[in-house]
Amino acid sequence: MVTFIAILFAGALFAGFIGSLTGLGGGVVIVPLLTIGFGVDIRYAIGTSLIGVIATSSGAASAFVKEGILNIRIGMFLEIATTLGAIAGAAIAFFAPTHTIAVIFGFVLIYSALASLKPKDEIQNTNIEQQGKASRLVEVLKVKGSYMTANGLKYYTLHNLAGGFAMMILAGILSGLLGIGSGALKVIAMDSIMKMPFKVSTTTSNFMIGVTAAASAGIYLTRGYIDPVLSMPVMLGVLIGSLFGARILIKSQTKKIRVVFAIVVSLLALEMIYNGLAKNI
Amino acid sequence: MIVDYKQLDDRRMRDIMGSLLRYGVVVAALLVIFGGVLFFIQHPGEYFDYSTFKGEPLRFRKVHLIIQEAFNFRGRDVIQLGLLVLVATPIARVIFSLVGFLFERDWIYVAITFIVLVILFISLFSTYLF
Repeated sequence: MVTFIAILFAGALFAGFIGSLTGLGGGVVIVPLLTIGFGVDIRYAIGTSLIGVIATSSGAASAFVKEGILNIRIGMFLEIATTLGAIAGAAIAFFAPTHTIAVIFGFVLIYSALASLKPKDEIQNTNIEQQGKASRLVEVLKVKGSYMTANGLKYYTLHNLAGGFAMMILAGILSGLLGIGSGALKVIAMDSIMKMPFKVSTTTSNFMIGVTAAASAGIYLTRGYIDPVLSMPVMLGVLIGSLFGARILIKSQTKKIRVVFAIVVSLLALEMIYNGLAKNI
Repeated sequence: MIVDYKQLDDRRMRDIMGSLLRYGVVVAALLVIFGGVLFFIQHPGEYFDYSTFKGEPLRFRKVHLIIQEAFNFRGRDVIQLGLLVLVATPIARVIFSLVGFLFERDWIYVAITFIVLVILFISLFSTYLF
């Protein structure tokens, strides 16, 4: 049991590091590690993974929030979608065979990796004139913001809130269903659909993941899917790993993060598709 | 020059929020470490099988039982309390945001945050309802 816990701790350490660096959360690594690596039942794996996901997000977010890159308001607004989705996903997980969903999710991850590599302007909507043209909903919800870069304060306004909200519901469902943070989908929703600058979307996503995972973890914990002995090394490992990841994200350039993000997402996507087809998940 | 008081309030909110998340996670981690040490002392060399799903006993599931049982200082019960604190940390962050938006009289975001909070409470206390 001591060896088992030690190896699990090492795996969680790595998962936490990648998770916070990319905004993915540690779950995508924890679930395969537990099920394929240790032969743990997928239901325990999902519950344990959610614990790791909350630790990653909260640990990293405690560093992000003070930097002021993330957008708390838009995060809160979109958390309505992700928490509702998360509860729905957790409910579905009790009945549905998850291997089919794993395959679909794998393809979504590959899409997000390709989308993130497409060259585009760093900041899409920078000037005040464009802010004036923002839609009524954007005005009411005050979903615009600014953040500090090397070239001074950058402004942005968000677009297509309904589309982003819908994508967030899907992100929540997958989070509750698979025990992952769904950071990739959250970043798609904010980055591609709502046109949020990448650095803001990555940190806001990480910030939201904790609340999303807490919504599904509440269900998993109270329905007996979260085991203390499995969760102990995963939580501690992921937490320490995520603190290192957060330090690197703040210092490094956006382009580098994109490449790391794309590679990690692609590898995990292939792994998820394979395991889904082999009905391991 | 226009002073944006909302920006200043947001910054203070961020600082407190960062500390809240940090303390929540630290307390959770300390409980999990303490529980882990107790577990290794109380169950040396014992092996648990997780290959088939059995479901956790009630004392690891119900919120009030998790809090109650932890005071018996059995390793796994203390770990479970740590996990409950961890799950509660993002919820505490949402509660704090609600207070923050109330102070700012930002009613739209008070309403938005309240909805999120209700969803989170339903999740954690659904076993008491159905």
